[in-house]
Amino acid sequence: MGTITGRRAAYERARKRRSTVVAAVSSLAVVTAIVVLVPKMPRWDRVHESFFNGERFANSLPRLLDAFVLDVKIFAWSMPAIVVLALIVAITRNSRSAALFPLRILTIAFTDIMRGVPIILWIYLIGFGVPGLGIDRPWNSPLIWGSVALVLTYAAYIAEVFRAGIESVHESQRAAARSLGLSSWQTMRHVVLPQAIRRVIPPLMNDMVSLQKDVALVSLIGPIEILRQAGIDKSKFANFTPYIAAAVVFLLITIPLTRTTDWLIERERRRTTGTRIS
Amino acid sequence: MSATKISLRDVHKSFGTNSVLNGIDLDIAEGTVVSLIGPSGSGKSTLLRCINLLEPIDDGQIFLDGIDISVPGFDANPVRRRIGMVFQNFNLFPHMSVQDNITLSPIRTLGVNKATARAKAAELLERFGLADKVNAFPDQLSGGQQQRVAIVRALAIEPEVLLLDEITSSLDPELVGEVLDVVRELKTSGMTLVLATHEMGFARDISDLVCLLDGGHIIEQGLPSQVFSAPQSERAQQFLERIIRAGRL
Repeated sequence: MGTITGRRAAYERARKRRSTVVAAVSSLAVVTAIVVLVPKMPRWDRVHESFFNGERFANSLPRLLDAFVLDVKIFAWSMPAIVVLALIVAITRNSRSAALFPLRILTIAFTDIMRGVPIILWIYLIGFGVPGLGIDRPWNSPLIWGSVALVLTYAAYIAEVFRAGIESVHESQRAAARSLGLSSWQTMRHVVLPQAIRRVIPPLMNDMVSLQKDVALVSLIGPIEILRQAGIDKSKFANFTPYIAAAVVFLLITIPLTRTTDWLIERERRRTTGTRIS
Repeated sequence: MSATKISLRDVHKSFGTNSVLNGIDLDIAEGTVVSLIGPSGSGKSTLLRCINLLEPIDDGQIFLDGIDISVPGFDANPVRRRIGMVFQNFNLFPHMSVQDNITLSPIRTLGVNKATARAKAAELLERFGLADKVNAFPDQLSGGQQQRVAIVRALAIEPEVLLLDEITSSLDPELVGEVLDVVRELKTSGMTLVLATHEMGFARDISDLVCLLDGGHIIEQGLPSQVFSAPQSERAQQFLERIIRAGRL
């Protein structure tokens, strides 16, 4: 008994060691190839100077971080609006009440139209068009209407993600909830949605990361956020390094965001499930 | 003879071209146990779902305490709080702990406060030997435990009638006993029970009335001794012969 357990543990250890070695060797090979081979390219010194200039990087970074605050703001007020609107659209589209038929048609038209046009076009159309109607300040700001364009397009995409999640919850869950006397709204709110949202968190995060980057598109109609600031610095110093710096700033936000979500999902899974197949 | 709790009059139900119930008449007396037996597809589950108003019927009437609950537009939610239902596949909510599964409806539909609902849940879990599972999640329980939790969940809203839809059909044989013990206890407590079942021996022992369904009709109805020992129709005799040959009775 003891020896079998010992042998199994030894086998597991050896297997783990082997995969660690394979991973380390292959990563090392790739990194070495890049570090050794890329500098051997004929124009490397010029690319190095115009894209990876340490001095320019250090010079631009504070300005970029300042400008990035605006990106974070646009993201911070757009995201909750997107989630709420997407949920309303998805729930309306999934409702079974005959009375909501006209609304269902409306939501279908909404998703089709918003998704069917490039997001840049919506930012131009709404961001320039609505303030053009002659609304008073501060409500004529391109910043507001650019964000509205982001909210509407992203809500259309994310509504479809929620809808897929809602439809993935088995009919028997609704039957059980209804048999307990819950109304159809209570069933949606307490039984269907919590399960649906858990299931769509990975694709939802995908869209959130995407939104985090698309926020930069609002700069097309005026506001100076990080991408625009990087462009200004690039022109001023005739050097592309600010773009690299902007890319690094984006990664500093998006990577921890995705890692944290994965960790949260894993924790939730471990809390609610029994045994796990390795 | 006690009062009639539920009556069905000429109930019809079809799904598209597939007619599942073809004129069911049935009276369920308060405090009795009624078993629906019959081959798969005979309409047992559909009948239970119709009584719970999960499926609207096409024709006929369903009365609860003499009130027609099958009229179109009748508010189903209060009816369902009086008629509980337990399903073949448990249908527990996987994202909620056992406690939350049980207290959801009392808190949301009966307006019971959280502490009272939890105390009541703890009491029911204790009664059915599940006290240590209060914080477990459904996926962490065996099938028999899940089904007992599902029964507790249905009981937590204090229904007057409990519909049990083949509640042991998804269970391993050695887990069937623990669930049937729960049903026996419910009978002792005087609850009105309607069960669709393939457990013939159990149906014979526990029932006050047995209904044999076939092709959407009740083809034989009576005391267990009568239905199981001296069936009248030829179709009923054939069904019972097959059951006996399969060693299920």
